[in-house]
Amino acid sequence: MSHQTTTVAHFDIPYFCYLDPEANVLQPLPAFAQDSNMLSKIYRMMVLMRIFDRKAITLQRTGKLGTYPSTQGQEAIAVGIGAAMQEADILCPYYREYGAQFWRGVKMEEILLYWGGDERGNHFANNKYDMPICVPIASQTLHAVGIATALKMQKKKQAVLVALGDGATSRGDFYEAMNVAGVWELPVVFVINNNQWAISLPREKQTKSQTLAQKAIAAGIEGWQIDGDDIFAVKETLDKALAKARSGQGATVIEAITYRMGDHTTADDASRYRKPEELVAHEKHDPIKRLKKYMMANGLWDESKEQQLIIEVTAEVEKAVETFNDIAMPTPESMFDHLYETLPQAYLDQRASVMKGDKE
Amino acid sequence: MTAITLVEAVAQALAYELAHDEKVVVFGQDIGANGGVFRATQGLQAKFGEERVRDTPLAENMIAGLAVGMAIGGMRPVAEIQFMDFICASIDQILSHGSRIRNRTRGRLTCPMVIRTPSGGGIRAPEHHSDSMEALFSQIPGLRVVIPSSPSRAYGLLLAAIRDPDPVIFMEPKRIYRMVKEEVPDDGEALPLDVCFVLREGKDITLVTWGAMVHETLQVAQKLSAQGIEAEVIDVATAKPLDMDTILQSVEKTGRCVVIQEANPTCSLSSEIIAQLAEKGLTSLMAPPKRVTGYDTVMPLYRLEKLFIPSEQRIMNAVKNVLEYA
Repeated sequence: MSHQTTTVAHFDIPYFCYLDPEANVLQPLPAFAQDSNMLSKIYRMMVLMRIFDRKAITLQRTGKLGTYPSTQGQEAIAVGIGAAMQEADILCPYYREYGAQFWRGVKMEEILLYWGGDERGNHFANNKYDMPICVPIASQTLHAVGIATALKMQKKKQAVLVALGDGATSRGDFYEAMNVAGVWELPVVFVINNNQWAISLPREKQTKSQTLAQKAIAAGIEGWQIDGDDIFAVKETLDKALAKARSGQGATVIEAITYRMGDHTTADDASRYRKPEELVAHEKHDPIKRLKKYMMANGLWDESKEQQLIIEVTAEVEKAVETFNDIAMPTPESMFDHLYETLPQAYLDQRASVMKGDKE
Repeated sequence: MTAITLVEAVAQALAYELAHDEKVVVFGQDIGANGGVFRATQGLQAKFGEERVRDTPLAENMIAGLAVGMAIGGMRPVAEIQFMDFICASIDQILSHGSRIRNRTRGRLTCPMVIRTPSGGGIRAPEHHSDSMEALFSQIPGLRVVIPSSPSRAYGLLLAAIRDPDPVIFMEPKRIYRMVKEEVPDDGEALPLDVCFVLREGKDITLVTWGAMVHETLQVAQKLSAQGIEAEVIDVATAKPLDMDTILQSVEKTGRCVVIQEANPTCSLSSEIIAQLAEKGLTSLMAPPKRVTGYDTVMPLYRLEKLFIPSEQRIMNAVKNVLEYA
């Protein structure tokens, strides 16, 4: 049986990449590439993020930190987010965006405190409105559209950026959030940090969808795929998507392709499910090496600057670790301090009990 | 002033807050032009516009997550989940986020949201339209659970819930949405969110209940009164946090207690009340306390639902049993 059909709708997913893994320039770079201060700032934060990450893993291995999710290999996305967002925008991160959080005023010792088992790590001293790290996968996408709705109702020209992983794109929250972002034309940017692995499930077993970006199409919003290890692609597309959001032109989904070079967390052992040669093959994609290569080729960087930077950044991280180590334990009764604005009467006995502890 | 029903009192409270606080946003499925499937938002969209009284796409989890985000973003969201049974899809957003963002951020971010939802059985509704889940939500730290049982309490408690700085699950017992009418002045006066209401004073026995069961319980109290037995009736309209002091004081006076609820008994609000009574009020009891509840079954479809919901007779039997205990 044959039917005559016509196409009723047609969609494209554009792909953005400026710098290939060998740091060859594939097309004219975005304007900010001329801003050597910006490039240095970006590069510095990427290096800091990696050194921080290594230090955090060491702290976990020596019992000074709880379970910690590494960010190695994903620095361009996090730092690109930090560099592209304006201060008044609001970030809803998952748990591999430390570079973005540091850029936005969150302190290294706060992130350490959080993974060190203390809620005070989410009480960002220098950032009032960003959401804390979100553990339940994809649930933060709904907070992002809620906050975006509030901003839109308050007529504020601010954008919300929500980050998520490839695994999160299988959850209903993500589809529900994109759907409402589309139909209400909300000022929100979804950044899918597609690092190819959701703990042990590889990208090809996560979904039959050819790209993750195309999931935006059903919600009526644009979906772009980018090389997430190319800082130029990350920042340029984020600049565009955020400007679009702030000017009332609605939401965008950006699928940033990257690779999780570490384990899922320090409690995971990727060698149980991932072939070592796969990791080796991806090392050439390292976003830090790529930017360094570009900067060196263009006379913006050299090995003596590199050595100097590593010394500075290592000292900064060590100082943050010292501050973290010096933070006193929370008081026992502090677990009751922020349940409600005013602790209800019904809790007073339990609060008194925790203060007494094991005493008779 | 005309007398209004409980569902009309809900609409009156929503209209009052929409008019007096520009941060208040009312949203949910079919709540706009349709005025909600029970008409709890009747006329609000026409009066306050599509921005502040908005229909959402159909996704309960999204509605709850949206409310969490909007509250964090500086609004006062009042979301409707069309029937409480469907709130199960939004439990992650309520439990993992709405109830604990204040605690997680040590007070940096807060979630002043209300989720309103019709609850309970007794209206011959289809499957998945009749559950009572106050216990599920009373388990959650950081939440408030409120269940009005009259038009005036619906009005005063809903105003208080919207103005409260913390998240509130506001259960509306749909069986009594239109059961009684009361004159409810539209004066913006809120009721307290952390005390039980003593609806009837008495010295012989304490009857503790909430929601729709308040009505059967008051009927029983009236019949007892005709027999010379004075029951004290306590409405636990704020299930979480639980005002146990009012219940304990009453039992100290009466020495006898029956707790009546529509929900299943195991690990329920009545379990908590009886447990605290055992811990703190055992010596004032002259008889073992009793519970009259639904059963630990699935809420049956409507042919049997009246057998599930405690009847006046079942309450009366339990009361007699406790009164006759030597």
